[in-house]
Amino acid sequence: MGLTRQASGISVWKEDFTLGDKEISQLTIALAGNPNTGKSTVFNALTGLNQHTGNWPGKTVLQAKGRYRHRGKNITLIDLPGTYSLFANSVEEQVARDFICFGKPDAVVVVVDATCLERNLNLVLQIGEITDKLVVCLNLVDEARRKNIFIDELKLSTELGVPVIPTVARIGQGLDRLKDVIDDVATGVLKPKPIQIQYGGELEKYIAKLAKEVKEIFGEELNPRWLALRLIDGDQTIISSIQQYFNNQEETKGDLLVEGDL
Amino acid sequence: MEDKGEIRLNQLPVGSLGRILGLETKGLMRRRLLDLGFVPGTVVETVRRSPLGDPTAFKIRGALIALRSEEGRQIRVKLL
Repeated sequence: MGLTRQASGISVWKEDFTLGDKEISQLTIALAGNPNTGKSTVFNALTGLNQHTGNWPGKTVLQAKGRYRHRGKNITLIDLPGTYSLFANSVEEQVARDFICFGKPDAVVVVVDATCLERNLNLVLQIGEITDKLVVCLNLVDEARRKNIFIDELKLSTELGVPVIPTVARIGQGLDRLKDVIDDVATGVLKPKPIQIQYGGELEKYIAKLAKEVKEIFGEELNPRWLALRLIDGDQTIISSIQQYFNNQEETKGDLLVEGDL
Repeated sequence: MEDKGEIRLNQLPVGSLGRILGLETKGLMRRRLLDLGFVPGTVVETVRRSPLGDPTAFKIRGALIALRSEEGRQIRVKLL
């Protein structure tokens, strides 16, 4: 796409994702979720009129970013495209995945539809494989109640290993608590441990082997287990994303990965 | 020899339930169908067919999903 990079090293990731803020942003939070979960409602409720819509660099996908103040800090909120999954089936999914992996947000909030929990959890589990800094916003609880669906958010939180905050974003219910928990996770006060799906037997052996080698190349920059899974999947887009977001001396790492894959 | 009661999802009559047996498609479409919840063992119901026959709305895992018949054709289902 013709993006040139002069800077080298890890800072280039942040540069590609720089949000052009004039005020210093102290925290960057990503908002993810399926389409139609009220994600935009959450985004609008938190940022009010302090928002701006543009495009993701080099893509035709819309990007909405906004800002809010909480506990004396300036917080940038990025509304990622609504996706069912992060497997890069589409440009939207690739954009969402790339931001979560390479944009290194301080926390990821997944907005989930309480009336349709099972389908929504796919994304939560996938994001939990990439990052530990995860908060689930259980939205539309009023709609769920109307359909006689009652969700035990404490139990859900225990099972998932991440905080679950019920909200009715439409009327602002639960958002104060959501902001508090986002801040706690982003600053490390709260340390979620998202449940890691075990893939069983042979596969886990391959994962362990590949993750070990991946870790030697990338260290802690990319979640080794997650990257190993994507390689076993045969996901070509992750390799091109790595080559795009690493450069100069790092570029060879991306190449190493292509040669060494299964 | 096809099992009695095994049909393709695009043949599942409106109001009927089926259990997914497998997907005949590979690559991105397969990935997308799996992500939407069309996983073997899942129960699916045909809710509504569009006037022109395409797309068709299915109820699966608490959600309403619309599939085109070219997608429904790739999904093997056991009539319940």
